[in-house]
Amino acid sequence: MRKSVNQKAWWFVVPVVVLVAFNAIIPLMTVVNYSVQESFGGNQFFWSGMRWFEEVLRAERFHSALLRQSMFTGAILVIEVPLGLAIALSMPRKGPWVSVCLVLMALPLLIPWNVVGAMWNIMALPDIGLLGRGMNALGFEYNYTREPIAAWFTILLMDVWHWTSLVTLLCYAGLVSIPDPYYQAAKIDGARPWAVFRFIQLPKLKYVLTIAILLRFMDSFMIYTEVVVVTGGGPGSSTTFLSIDLVKTALGQFDLGPAAAMSLIYFLIILLFSWLFYTLMMRNEAR
Amino acid sequence: MAGISLQGIRHSYLPNPAAPDDWAIKRLSLEAGDGSAYALLGPSGCGKTTMLNIISGLLRPTEGQIFFDGLDVTEATPESRNIAQVFQFPVIYDTMTVFDNLAFPLRNRRVSEPDVKRRVHEIADMLELAGMLRQRASGLTADGKQKISLGRGLVRSDVNVIMFDEPLTVIDPHLKWELRSKLKELHHKIGRTMIYVTHDQTEALTFADRVVVMNEGEIVQIGTPVELFERPNHTFVGHFIGSPGMNVLPCEVADGKARFAGVPVDSTNAAAYRGDGGRLELGVRPEFVRFTETGIPVEVVKILDAGRYRIVEASHAGHPIKMLISEDKPIPANGIHVSFDADRTRLYRDGWMVE
Repeated sequence: MRKSVNQKAWWFVVPVVVLVAFNAIIPLMTVVNYSVQESFGGNQFFWSGMRWFEEVLRAERFHSALLRQSMFTGAILVIEVPLGLAIALSMPRKGPWVSVCLVLMALPLLIPWNVVGAMWNIMALPDIGLLGRGMNALGFEYNYTREPIAAWFTILLMDVWHWTSLVTLLCYAGLVSIPDPYYQAAKIDGARPWAVFRFIQLPKLKYVLTIAILLRFMDSFMIYTEVVVVTGGGPGSSTTFLSIDLVKTALGQFDLGPAAAMSLIYFLIILLFSWLFYTLMMRNEAR
Repeated sequence: MAGISLQGIRHSYLPNPAAPDDWAIKRLSLEAGDGSAYALLGPSGCGKTTMLNIISGLLRPTEGQIFFDGLDVTEATPESRNIAQVFQFPVIYDTMTVFDNLAFPLRNRRVSEPDVKRRVHEIADMLELAGMLRQRASGLTADGKQKISLGRGLVRSDVNVIMFDEPLTVIDPHLKWELRSKLKELHHKIGRTMIYVTHDQTEALTFADRVVVMNEGEIVQIGTPVELFERPNHTFVGHFIGSPGMNVLPCEVADGKARFAGVPVDSTNAAAYRGDGGRLELGVRPEFVRFTETGIPVEVVKILDAGRYRIVEASHAGHPIKMLISEDKPIPANGIHVSFDADRTRLYRDGWMVE
């Protein structure tokens, strides 16, 4: 049978191409454009090659922002994934409490980032905030505008409050989709609760956990709004994460070239880690 | 190994059952001898899976008691009842190898590792899984996985009863037959009590020594496959077992003789009818209806060729009568009459055979 060739079909693809071009390719290429040029007032540009990339990669400032960022994301994953999983495991599977729990868990996810920041900013204030006053009343030296440790504590707590629910809801969805016979078979085989978790629940949650970890990795690596609202990157630069540093470079100092180079490096780090993680998690499935 | 006895079991999934329809199991008693192969056969929703879960201890019956070898186990957990169950969809532990899957129930019971090894190899040989013990279980085909779940039941040498909940549902048709004969062979070899739930009559009749036919939460008949075929206790059994099912025709009885739409019909048990009313029906299997010179005048409605025989649907006074005619026998053209084999024709009152 001969296939008929009809080039008009390309017209159907055009809307998608235009959409992707406007929301991804064109902005990205603009950044690439800035990253290899030096710009002066009056729209004058000069080719600068890889200079900005070298400069950023050698900069002490970038290194420490990257280190802070990695520590933050690492801490977030270490706390939120097990905690979210534990909450999902202890939620009821049936009955009227299911919807109560689901709504309660979903609540933090519905609050806009800057509102979350503002809430925690006020709550952590040492003189009037509930958390701030409480901590001081308990005898802790707690002032997040002065103490880096207090600032980190506040931001970590805020993020755990805001995003653990995401892990919980994903895990919960995974858990309820495990058919009953698995639990019944485990009961008959005499499996202890730990074995049920290790050999049934955890393997069946592999996909949702992969997605949850990826989402939390990407999101926490890009965190900006909440931290800016609470600490503004301070005290000093103790909570200046990559995104905050980037904004300071681009809009504070108006160093568009280095900022563009930094954006691209930042983007590539996230892409590389996500790809590596996903490939490692899924390598057994391909076989 | 154990004989199983169920006494006065009732079960409802509702907290306060009132109407008869609230009961998934209406009232049921059953004795299954040690080492026997039973099949629970019935249409979907007849309560057979509920029954199975009650025996295995996954469900507690609302009323009644269960005994294993005379010991009351009504309150016992599935684990302490020492049973094995194979589910409709293969349940395997994905991350483990075939060996670890089979060893899992033993290791949970702290059996020593040399014993585990010996036992797993023994069972793997029996199930023809020996070549794939090192493979990851998730990579196996559906029938391989189902063999693993069966194997997890067999490895424990002290299992009281092995239960099957429609285990061949997800198996390819050409493998069904193979796995079924494997099960039968295993039953002969190890002699454990086995209970097999299915809605497929072929599976039930080929697997079991005795078949328990259930309908709407009640046992309708318990018998050997031959008994169910030749002597159905209830029109439901007659209709459910056999292909096509038994003809059930309305009739009336006078002076110990049944009449179907005005035509007298001989039957084995019409004389036993005591004239106490009820809905009266005659049951006769299509195998035992034949063309004759005189008898019930019929006209042929349609003929289905089923290979070695033909299924003829005839009709008398608006009542369809199915019959099986072997392919070498001619079907007469006009003035057709049929008659029923008298010793295979039975009278039913309100569905139950008159005795």
